[in-house]
Amino acid sequence: MSTRIPIVPENVKPLPALKENEGMLTWVASIDHKQIGIMYIIVSMIYFLIGGLEALLIRTQLAQPENAFLSPEVFNQMFTMHGTTMIFFVVMPLLIGMGVYLVPLMIGARDMAFPRLNALSFWLVVFGGILLYYSFFTQSGASEVGWFAYAPLSEKPFSLNKGPTYWALGLLATGIGSIASGLNNIVTILTLRTAGMTMRRLPLFVWMILVTSFLIIFVFPIIASAFSMMLLDRLLGATFFTPAHGGSAILWQHFFWGFGHPEVYILVLPAFGIISEVIPVFSRKPIYGYEFIAGSTVAIGLLSLGVWAHHMFAVGLGNVANVYFALASMLIAIPTGIKILNWIATMWGGKIWFATPMLFATAFIIEFVIGGLTGVAIASVPIDWVVTDSYFIVAHFHYVLFGGSIFAIFAGVYYWFPKFSGRMLSETIGKWHFWLTVVGFNMTFFIQHFLGVMGMPRRVYTYHDFPYWGSMNMISTIGAFVLAISVIIFMWNVRYSLKHGKKAPDNPWNAWTLEWATTSPPAVHNFDLVPPVRGRRPLWDLAHPDNPDEPNAKIV
Amino acid sequence: MANNKMLIKFFIASESIFFVMLILAYINFHGSNVEGPNAVNSLNPLRTGIFSLFLLASSLSVWLAGRSLVTKNHFMMKIWILVTIILGAVFIYGQASEWLGLIAQNITISRNVFGSTFFTLTGFHGFHVCVGLLMLSILLGLAMFGDFKGPKSDGVECVSIYWHFVDGVWIVVYSVIYLWAFL
Ligand SMILES: [Cu+2]
Repeated sequence: MSTRIPIVPENVKPLPALKENEGMLTWVASIDHKQIGIMYIIVSMIYFLIGGLEALLIRTQLAQPENAFLSPEVFNQMFTMHGTTMIFFVVMPLLIGMGVYLVPLMIGARDMAFPRLNALSFWLVVFGGILLYYSFFTQSGASEVGWFAYAPLSEKPFSLNKGPTYWALGLLATGIGSIASGLNNIVTILTLRTAGMTMRRLPLFVWMILVTSFLIIFVFPIIASAFSMMLLDRLLGATFFTPAHGGSAILWQHFFWGFGHPEVYILVLPAFGIISEVIPVFSRKPIYGYEFIAGSTVAIGLLSLGVWAHHMFAVGLGNVANVYFALASMLIAIPTGIKILNWIATMWGGKIWFATPMLFATAFIIEFVIGGLTGVAIASVPIDWVVTDSYFIVAHFHYVLFGGSIFAIFAGVYYWFPKFSGRMLSETIGKWHFWLTVVGFNMTFFIQHFLGVMGMPRRVYTYHDFPYWGSMNMISTIGAFVLAISVIIFMWNVRYSLKHGKKAPDNPWNAWTLEWATTSPPAVHNFDLVPPVRGRRPLWDLAHPDNPDEPNAKIV
Repeated sequence: MANNKMLIKFFIASESIFFVMLILAYINFHGSNVEGPNAVNSLNPLRTGIFSLFLLASSLSVWLAGRSLVTKNHFMMKIWILVTIILGAVFIYGQASEWLGLIAQNITISRNVFGSTFFTLTGFHGFHVCVGLLMLSILLGLAMFGDFKGPKSDGVECVSIYWHFVDGVWIVVYSVIYLWAFL
């Protein structure tokens, strides 16, 4: 029995190889999924710094009552651009980038199914971001209408500046890129799996990318059509969303949230995938309830399409609609809870190794549960009516998107950095990064739950000196600066470790999925030989031929 | 490889959602312009229906092009692609003249919600037809230089799938805009 077999199908026409001596051109002209993945991550990190800077300006303005650090107009631009940047240019491209890098490796493929389309997707995201940020240089600056751009505020008579136009154009370009990468991922995962890699043996990260990609190709057209209508309204005088001319502002809300709610799952399902890879490896146990994690993801994907109007309880859609959307939204807690239980069951009785990836993964579970619980609370119509558009909502979605997605992304970056770069990130700096992130994050956002319940509305540029509001906001602001320091420490860790980090072996964490079977970093062609896949943990089976996961599996 | 056809099918699934949203917007505002121009008092379903037949016929001709590819009849394949381009172009001519007629009566995208939804929906469809014509022309050009000897070609088959999709969308659009107005 041979231990390794050559089963990587070579493309009919060989892909252009990288040349070492062409400098930046080897990156700009690259269609290699690993380079494109890394470029996604670098670009997202730049936007992470920009979006973070916007957050600091927001928090500085809110640090004291009646503050005049920012003008109201600039404040509105800051929260609009902060939200848009973090969602579309940080979390999404980070997750897509990690997917683009890892999916072909995890399924034992040479590259994505469509390498050129892959490059197109990436560059559309880059140019979309440039288009968005160009609006700062236009007269009266960037969009001021918030990341959901409600009509009629985003329409001509109320927003005469060019901000919302650039905003919609930039997101349209980025969205088309996302659809292309979703299509690419689906075809890659369905057709390029190595022999023996059945759907039941697919790494859970790949499962999550697959479900996310289906969500992307089905919900980004919704927002693409809504953006088109908004642009026609603004540029050609169409009347889709202007009630004064027979249009409907509520229609925009339906369209936006028809996309916007599934978008939340696009931002968090790949994060679930990262957690499902990290937790078993650092608990030294196979994942508990593989089928339930994959199946519940499909359930979340389907349910997420039918719950959008829980963002619209304050509109007055009527009791029947409100009750339906409240109950359907609460249902999502079941498949989400299943995942949490499976992760805890995987850790239970395992030999847990708290390296930095595992620290972030463990903290993810705790922070995400808090965000999930407040989510179930505001799915209830009467509670939502009390706290809607308050800082309670701001706290809720930051627990989901930062405590959830970003914590998982950090877990993933520490976990896969050795594979990406051939160097280990420093564990010592990593622990500093981790603890400052936990302290800074909770300090910033936990107190906002109380501010929200006390009645502080979101998106106000300043507030009166009500009892405790000043001190509570000051605590939140200090937390934001602690968080900023943690990000600087992370960036320093990356910089330092790229030069001086410990050289990474092929499989530094003793993990079991195929990406660890190749060198760190992988060769251009990914694998010389792909190990045989006879179970969910091919590298475990390879190392323990006498004790494989699936003893009766057919040998391919 | 089967990858290309799988890609175009998922792409079409994604595009379908885009058109569903445009159609939903049209339906949402259907009947909200009782006075002023609307589908009933401004459109000519018979004239557009006749031009629609050209588009439907082009589905048949692109299918025949595919058959010729399978039987390795290179000459007839080129003829059928050319016929498809001509039929599609006639449809676009019909749509352009309809638009010009409406605009001459000052019925535009900014006139009212009927104008907004009508021009947006038919405009995006017409744009897709034009993209299809462009792709068919590229196919024809490549075929002139000797490509697509058959019996298989992902290029021809994918463009054909896309063209059928564009036709199918038009059947729905025609029914929703023209037939609904006169039922
Ligand atoms: Cu939601």
